[in-house]
Amino acid sequence: MESLIHGVEGFMYPNEIELQWSILIVLYPYITGLVAGAFILASLERVFNVEEVKPTYRLALLTALAFLLVAPLPLQLHLGHPERAFEMFLTPHTTSAMAMFGFVYLWYLMVVLVVEIWLDYRKDIVLMARRSTGVTRQMYRAMALWSDNISKRSLQIDDKVGRFITIVGIPSAFLLHGYVGFIFGSVKANPWWSTTLMPVVFLFSAMVSGIALVMLVYMVASWRRGTPIDMRCLDTIARYLLYTFIIDFALEMLDLVHRIYEADESFKSLDFMVHTQLYVPHIVIQIVLGTILPIALLGLVQLVRLREGIRKGLYATAGLLTLIGIFAMRWNVVIGGQLFSKSFLGYTTYKLDFATREGLLPAIIFLILPFLILWVLVKLLPPWEREESAA
Amino acid sequence: MQKFLKDREHLVRMAGLFLAGLALFLIVRALFVPKGFGEYGHFRTGALADNAARPMAYAGRDACESCHPDVVEERKGSRHATVNCEACHGALAKHAEDPSRTKPVRPDGQKVCLVCHGQDVAKPTTFKQVNPKEHMGSGACNTCHKPHHPEIG
Amino acid sequence: MGIGRREFLKKSGKLILLTSAAALAWDALKAGTPEAAPNYKLHDHWWAFVIDIEKCIGCGNCVRACKTENDVPLEPYYFRTWVERYHVPGGDIEHPEVDSPNGGYDGFPPRYKPGDGSKNFFVPKLCNHCAHSPCTQVCPVGATFDSPDGVVLVDKTYCIGCRYCVQACPYGCRFIDPRTMTVDKCSLCYHRITKGLTTACCETCPTGARMLGDLKNPKDPIHEFLRTHKVQVLKPQMATGAKAYYSGLDGSVR
Repeated sequence: MESLIHGVEGFMYPNEIELQWSILIVLYPYITGLVAGAFILASLERVFNVEEVKPTYRLALLTALAFLLVAPLPLQLHLGHPERAFEMFLTPHTTSAMAMFGFVYLWYLMVVLVVEIWLDYRKDIVLMARRSTGVTRQMYRAMALWSDNISKRSLQIDDKVGRFITIVGIPSAFLLHGYVGFIFGSVKANPWWSTTLMPVVFLFSAMVSGIALVMLVYMVASWRRGTPIDMRCLDTIARYLLYTFIIDFALEMLDLVHRIYEADESFKSLDFMVHTQLYVPHIVIQIVLGTILPIALLGLVQLVRLREGIRKGLYATAGLLTLIGIFAMRWNVVIGGQLFSKSFLGYTTYKLDFATREGLLPAIIFLILPFLILWVLVKLLPPWEREESAA
Repeated sequence: MQKFLKDREHLVRMAGLFLAGLALFLIVRALFVPKGFGEYGHFRTGALADNAARPMAYAGRDACESCHPDVVEERKGSRHATVNCEACHGALAKHAEDPSRTKPVRPDGQKVCLVCHGQDVAKPTTFKQVNPKEHMGSGACNTCHKPHHPEIG
Repeated sequence: MGIGRREFLKKSGKLILLTSAAALAWDALKAGTPEAAPNYKLHDHWWAFVIDIEKCIGCGNCVRACKTENDVPLEPYYFRTWVERYHVPGGDIEHPEVDSPNGGYDGFPPRYKPGDGSKNFFVPKLCNHCAHSPCTQVCPVGATFDSPDGVVLVDKTYCIGCRYCVQACPYGCRFIDPRTMTVDKCSLCYHRITKGLTTACCETCPTGARMLGDLKNPKDPIHEFLRTHKVQVLKPQMATGAKAYYSGLDGSVR
């Protein structure tokens, strides 16, 4: 602990020397961002009738669910008293954006994701219940809420209700991730965070990361199953990724230009921080490798006619760079916002341990866990068309 | 009713699940919200008492003066009269409570004085401060100055 | 005939019910009152603080007294109050050099030479007990709050340790107590002021640079002080309603 003092440059208020929010708090917006983004991709088909992306509809929903189930875990691990976390449900302080977490999370999980997935899969669940025996049969019957009715009319009703829920789900997804942006953006004490653009930037970068994730999962899953990738679907996803990226980049540049132009009391201190401590995570990883390069690769596909193999390679590269870049963006916001002193006279360092409660190891585990859950979900509720899996 | 339920039964069951969950939540909430929450604001009123009920380490000037009127007399007219006892003698609530049980340690005749009176550029120029080496070498301050009435002459 | 038996039973039954309901309500009300300070009336006080920069000698008594009185961990990352030393070379208020070695707990080792054309002074810092505190605004559960007598307090049994309030404080006056994993900060020695004593820091300040004030008490010297001195609060642009008033505050102070 003594070493923390040695990491201080200049002057920091004594209580600022130790960072408050660690890598776990970087993870949380990253994960909910992936959830929101995956859901928006799914809603493209359901609500906006972009039927090219239909092959990824169910996969996107399952991905969103897998990541949403993991989302509260880094928060719980970070709390000083995780056993008191339920207090947010008992006495939520309505002036605190953080207080709405419990309700927004539950709403989104239960109403939007679980019910929507249930409605979309209900016919298959009932069929699987009919086909299986023993414990598996009981499980599927329970999932169907012991209903055996998959008549045409019941499915039509399901479809209408499902469509309505997806429509409600879009602003819900915006709220689920937008409020996290507001948690940061509304802190007037911290000039690195305090900007009206924060929720919007968070949201668009979330959409970018979620779309990239589903695109990569689809590519990897098809490769593992040995099934051909629907290129019309993949090309459409990549196009939407590019459009969203351009908006995201424009917003981040707007924030940057505005800061440089107004050059308020915090500017010199923040500018110095970005050029020294945050140079690699911010300039190199987030901006160059994580934004400009993917946009260039995706843009290239739109401008030049390329073979399918090359397109796939470019999409995979762009997708991976995007995921890394958006993680870096969360890192730069959360950690970056705590590296400089509110006196604008000094800087501290972030010491990331490995196998401690808020170290790198739990962070890695939280990133791997959703994929394990997704694997289980895919086994339980196969998102592929029946004809394909029979072959 | 039957016509409505036909083909919608599963939805009604799902809705029922949600309502049951909501009811459970309301019950748990009624049971577990702390007593006295929200009386003066969005907090547990008992926290005021919790904060007010902490133990004290410093007795306060009045407590010292009630037992040591001789010191009060000695300090009359001195600049040190406005300096509270525990500023130099440390936390003495235990001593004030039971004077025979806890005997305060006599402050060092130089260290304590220099904490305030050691020269530093950041101290106000109107404040009496000395460079100890120039002023008295390594001698103790109370060789010449009585701590309770430090003025000489 | 007067009241029949049935009427009588009905009326007395109602009376018993009402009385027991009233008794229950009274008990519930009393359960929340600060019994530890029986003569203290919450709404008779509105606490504030005054710091006279021109009197501070950087002795560090306040830092040590506070840590002793309030059982604050001794490591250099946890302070309910601390003192900063400012060195303003050539009067350039945009570029002060500031230090606060262990918050001023061990005093300040000599660092600057006289006669170098600089301006030097000490600035004690503590929770400003803001009237519109951004820290209580962001607490998700109501574990930190503004008391009716103007003190921003923490409910240690309710705090979940999310650290949002620490982020929201513009003055850096909050920290997480590593022993309880809950937030801690200056409580204006609530346990002392509700009993008519002053705060530990004011008690041990030898020069009267720190003064507790009760704005609701017409006889309190704070009123005269605020009338006769030019005072400021820290970071006024944040509009926090800070109630720690600094007299003699230089433009270089952050």
